[in-house]
Amino acid sequence: MSSPESSEYDGTEAAPHGKARSTEWPLWEIFIRGQHGLSHRHVGSLHAADAEMAIKNARDVYTRRNEGVSIWAVEASAIAASSPEEKGALYEPANDKVYRHPTFFDIPDEVGAM
Amino acid sequence: MYAQMIKSTGKGIKSLDEMDPEERAFQERIDAGGKIEPKDWMPDGYRKNLIRQIGQHAHSEIVGQLPEGNWITRAPTLERKAILLAKVQDEAGHGLYLYCAAETLGVTRDQMTRDLLSGKMKYSSIFNYPTLTWADMGAVGWLVDGAAIMNQVPLQRTSYGPYARAMVRICKEESFHQRQGFDIMMKMANGTAAQRKMAQDALNRFWFPALMMFGPSDKDSVHSAQSMAWKIKMNTNDELRQKFVDETVPQAEYLGLTIPDETLKFNEETGHYDFAEPDWEEFFQVLKGNGPCNTERLAARNKAWDEGRWVREGLLAHAEKKRSRKMAAE
Ligand SMILES: [Fe+2]
Ligand SMILES: [Fe+2]
Repeated sequence: MSSPESSEYDGTEAAPHGKARSTEWPLWEIFIRGQHGLSHRHVGSLHAADAEMAIKNARDVYTRRNEGVSIWAVEASAIAASSPEEKGALYEPANDKVYRHPTFFDIPDEVGAM
Repeated sequence: MYAQMIKSTGKGIKSLDEMDPEERAFQERIDAGGKIEPKDWMPDGYRKNLIRQIGQHAHSEIVGQLPEGNWITRAPTLERKAILLAKVQDEAGHGLYLYCAAETLGVTRDQMTRDLLSGKMKYSSIFNYPTLTWADMGAVGWLVDGAAIMNQVPLQRTSYGPYARAMVRICKEESFHQRQGFDIMMKMANGTAAQRKMAQDALNRFWFPALMMFGPSDKDSVHSAQSMAWKIKMNTNDELRQKFVDETVPQAEYLGLTIPDETLKFNEETGHYDFAEPDWEEFFQVLKGNGPCNTERLAARNKAWDEGRWVREGLLAHAEKKRSRKMAAE
């Protein structure tokens, strides 16, 4: 997802909140659920003035070939995301809990499928 | 290609030992086939190069709608018109997927648009050639989309996650584009003598500009090495051009059309076709803004932007009014 506000990119004259942004429609992240019972999946983003327009545009941009039967549009600024620096703290504790995987337990062959 | 002359800001490639730990970890991740995601640390040059490359690619998709849009109202049948309309709409979508990917690097959509409109950012040279007859719709789909596919398929494996994902979506849609073009060429090539002549004429005009899409010869493209190390460029210009020629020549033969290159010849030793280089002076002139349609294309984009201003502002004002009404009611 795009976050010009937090970027250090300064290669253009327009600051993220500068003049160029004054007429830019907000950014929406789009999630689509396909026909086969899977959850909504992030497919990309687009700009729209409001939620209604975001859904209409998402229909045109992301479902031209029947890719979905349901659309969620979420304003990008409303999404909270974990940051790469937190990777260790968040995911490493899972590494020493191998007993969470069924393969941790040896079940004798005689018992059959389990 | 759609991004033909990306000037690298890197100062030559560093070896892993010369890199500081952050950059080294970054490069090792790319070497191992890992993806870089928006919030990850990345060298400034990587970010800047990608913004230029993805932005130029996006602009090409958008400007690329113009030469084909030119024929929508004059398509020979209702079916051809619907197909062309769908194809051009896909290209708008491609532009949008790519703008999104570039935006994750911290540049705004408005800024990229402004840089296109001012001529600061480029788009592919191919879209500065005119589409004079209906057969050009065939030649564009067959050759131009065909050349784009050559470049885009490997880019699905590029190191920057959002760019790779945009490429996957695009590639799924491109083969329709090339096939509808070839289908037009088949109809024309098997049609009346006049239609056959139109098809040949379209091939004559688009062959060399299509070859130029891959960018200058490897010996003249000084910026490739860093981009290849970063995996934002997957093959050299000449590799892709050769692959395109090898695939396209038999297709032209099938159509009974002649590639406008007298030197074209299959080389038994290399297993590839030998072919004439395009006129690189013409290529550089077109990039500089002196192609047949540069002025017209940029004027069309500027007009659309200027005339759409009241719509952009009006809808934003309307959305804000709705929001504040809703808040007042709560
Ligand atoms: Fe495209
Ligand atoms: Fe295309």
